[in-house]
Amino acid sequence: MVSTKGYMAGLRVGAGFAAATAVLGLTFGAQAHSLGWGVLAPIAASVLVFSGSAQFSMAAALAGGGGLGVAVGAAALINARFLPMGVAAADAFKGGRLRRAVEGQALVDASWAAAHLGGGRFDREKMIGATLAQFPAWVLGTVVGVLVAPPPDVVTRFGLDVVYPGFFLLLLIDELRGEPAARLVAALAALTAAALVLVLPVGLALVGTAAAALVGLRAGMPA
Amino acid sequence: MSTLWATIVVVAAVSISLKAAGPALLGDRELPAWTSGVIAALAPALLTGLVLTDVTGPAWSHLDWRLCAGLGATGAAYLLRAPLLPSILLGVVLTAGLRALI
Repeated sequence: MVSTKGYMAGLRVGAGFAAATAVLGLTFGAQAHSLGWGVLAPIAASVLVFSGSAQFSMAAALAGGGGLGVAVGAAALINARFLPMGVAAADAFKGGRLRRAVEGQALVDASWAAAHLGGGRFDREKMIGATLAQFPAWVLGTVVGVLVAPPPDVVTRFGLDVVYPGFFLLLLIDELRGEPAARLVAALAALTAAALVLVLPVGLALVGTAAAALVGLRAGMPA
Repeated sequence: MSTLWATIVVVAAVSISLKAAGPALLGDRELPAWTSGVIAALAPALLTGLVLTDVTGPAWSHLDWRLCAGLGATGAAYLLRAPLLPSILLGVVLTAGLRALI
């Protein structure tokens, strides 16, 4: 029987995400190259930042004439969700503060969600394995995007923009199966996100969505 | 250093710090008991937010019914016990097909 826990399970689930990650990386590389970033800067951004949403926000802010402050602010807002995600998974990581800070770099949306065991517990090895599978795909996708520079509509034309929300949707379905309290939380989170994203940047809307988790207190989420 | 490179370096530092903060500062602390229910609920809450904001985009500017149809097919196939990857592929093909036709 194939294990659903540990590094190998993480590598397997990360490999599933890797194709989508590579396509997104390709899109980022092509977009950054078209904005005059050259070859090295987009690749360095993908290696150093390793966050698609933050990199796209940074590129859009710079392209829109915003300076360093605007670009950093946009990227920070979109990545603010890593704070509650890191708090949730904090006790899964091992060692002293420096080691936990390094291991915390495995916090990637898909890895974090896939590593959730239920009840607020996380599989550290699965999260790290899933991220190890996605990192090279992200960087390689960026390299190809910079060098090949495909047309900007390649993602939408081939329906590839379904892949990321699709994976998140299926992980959500797994979370909701057999857990009525989680369904209530998800319903409230949907309403909260739908309203907040109208008036706030996506990153802040996500942080606000996390507040729906407070309902878990009243709804009796199993700890 | 150009503005571009300075931005990349600072954004990288901010991103690394945000990811490191929770594990580094709270990993060795015993959190109050009441927090466990909140933490357990974070996954469904954030996953819902990620799906919804991916679909809507900023200020609902990216909403596309063909994407929603593809996602609906993906979810329905998975609920009917189709494996994960074929479920995703169904949504991709349906969305691409709808965009090609309409």
